[in-house]
Amino acid sequence: MYTFSSKLKTFSFILMAVGALGIGYGFYTAPKDIQEVEKILAAESHGGHGEAKHEESKSTDASHEKASTEKLVLADDKVANTAVGTAAVVDDSTQVKVEAEAIQADSNIKRETHVVSEEKEHAEHLNHVLHQLQNKPWAAFYVACIFFMLVSLGVLAFYAIQQVSQAGWSPVLFRVMQGITSYLPVGSVIFFIVLLLSGLHLNHLFIWLDPEVVAADKLIANKTGYLNFPFWIIRAAVFLMGWNLYQYFSRKNCLAQDESNDNLNYKKNFNISAIFLVFFIVTESIMSWDWIMSIDPHWFSTLFGWYVFSSFFVSGITIIALVTLYLKSKGLLEHVNTSHIHDLAKFMFGFSVFWTYLWFSQFVLIWYANIPEEVTYFITRIELYNLPFFGAVVMNFLFPLLILINTDFKRITWVLVMAGVVILAGHYLDFFLMIMPGTVGDRWFIGVSEIASVLFFLGLFIFVVFTALSKSPLLPKRNPFIDESKHFHY
Amino acid sequence: MSNKVIYAIYNDDDILMDAVKKTRAAHHHIEEVFTPFPVHGLDKAMGLAPTRLAICSFLYGCVGISFATWMMNYIMIQDWPQDIGGKPSFSYIENMPAFVPIMFELTVFFAAHLMVITFYMRSRLWPFKEAENPDVRTTDDHFLMEVAVRDNEEELISFFQNTGAVEVKVIDKH
Repeated sequence: MYTFSSKLKTFSFILMAVGALGIGYGFYTAPKDIQEVEKILAAESHGGHGEAKHEESKSTDASHEKASTEKLVLADDKVANTAVGTAAVVDDSTQVKVEAEAIQADSNIKRETHVVSEEKEHAEHLNHVLHQLQNKPWAAFYVACIFFMLVSLGVLAFYAIQQVSQAGWSPVLFRVMQGITSYLPVGSVIFFIVLLLSGLHLNHLFIWLDPEVVAADKLIANKTGYLNFPFWIIRAAVFLMGWNLYQYFSRKNCLAQDESNDNLNYKKNFNISAIFLVFFIVTESIMSWDWIMSIDPHWFSTLFGWYVFSSFFVSGITIIALVTLYLKSKGLLEHVNTSHIHDLAKFMFGFSVFWTYLWFSQFVLIWYANIPEEVTYFITRIELYNLPFFGAVVMNFLFPLLILINTDFKRITWVLVMAGVVILAGHYLDFFLMIMPGTVGDRWFIGVSEIASVLFFLGLFIFVVFTALSKSPLLPKRNPFIDESKHFHY
Repeated sequence: MSNKVIYAIYNDDDILMDAVKKTRAAHHHIEEVFTPFPVHGLDKAMGLAPTRLAICSFLYGCVGISFATWMMNYIMIQDWPQDIGGKPSFSYIENMPAFVPIMFELTVFFAAHLMVITFYMRSRLWPFKEAENPDVRTTDDHFLMEVAVRDNEEELISFFQNTGAVEVKVIDKH
């Protein structure tokens, strides 16, 4: 039995507390009205450098320095985000900004008839920036919330595949996987609440939820049969319920199998795992359209579901490896040998390549076809998010490829931990890149809200997972394949 | 000095594995083991050095990706630049996404083919080569272990009979 060490528990509480404070700070400092936005914009155009320095000091991310200077350049250019993003808007807003400065300097003299329309445009632009800045803490929270929930879902899918394929190597890791998936109910509840709050118009993460936007937008209006709040929230409820039911009963049967005299519970688990996998592969795709792709409601990609899946699946396997290594370092899991670790590392390597394959497949077709409504997605990311966009490829592909290709490295703990941390950070960045451009556009930076959201959910994740791990024995002793698993060697 | 060897023949891979482990433990020198199919873990049991084929493969892959880069750069950028889909071929890096599939395929092609050729050369295999296996049954359902004899013929024969061999014979090589 594992006991949740008080050190780790304290650490998780500290993470949650710091995270909660940071999230609160992020919401508190978000601008409340257009006047504040006007001040921010004015500060950026005049004392832009001071502002950038200020942002930098908030960040602990090494990559931030370049990102923030880039942001500054782009902010000066006033490139609009995808939601509005056309070339015409770019030109307009540059013009508007020039005018805006003039208006500020000399508002009384400038009040002539032709200025009125520009003033209106200026107000629209301010409103747009206000929405982006108000979205920022929400979006940061949303990224962390969905990432940790999907990671535990990825582990659940991996676990179900082990059950259905009757894998002989993995039963000694089942309790670790069950521990990690026990985060799913907690994550689901928080996530569902966020979706509800979006439906109540407390944020503008999903612009298609706003009836005014839909009325002015033919493309979104055509999709209202699918993209409407009631249907969307019912789908979310059904999906989350389905996954959580499987998580609950699968763990229950696995624990019951420990004490029983026959393999009835094991067979039951086999059946519900097969049903779950069918349910999962359908709902996973729809989930990715509903919760991520609909943030950019004009854009669509047919392999998006797979792309999201590969990202959280490899993250899930990495988490299994990291938790296993942690428990091993505490002298537990005595039946897990280097061959098990080696196999997990092979999965980490393989699915990193799989992610890259999908990343590139999605990119190259859109790049080659160069159709405006498709290519805006990547133009926004390459122009406004250049460093994280290509940085994610380095972290998720090049690094794991080069470090995990070596057989011996797959068994060395510190190499695996390092590779695992980079993979997790890279895929977090990947989710950041899926969600941020459509919600905050060029107003992004990795600041208090972003880091605090990660810390909060990481703390919660550690607390829930290790609490669950301490509640049941770490060896499913009556699993029919347990002997094979104990003697597994590669 | 005689050049005698013992052929111990088995009809099960598990028995063979145990025999190999016992032979190693008794410090008899195993020259070679002939099997009809790859036996998992046999190389470790025999104490063979780990293969360096993987390193070769990685290097061949590097050659492949370099060759692909050079080739596409010559064909598509330098020799005959074209404007394909509004993307004029003036710079390799800007047209790179279009070349990635070729770079990938040639990496795999070079790694796979050169690795197989290396393996054949290392194993001294080539077309029309005469088979080296001492007993044709090793291509069907029997396993053969070849062990060097050093003035201990009687001892070895009884030793191998005790390891579950279905047949033990002493052969004078040349």
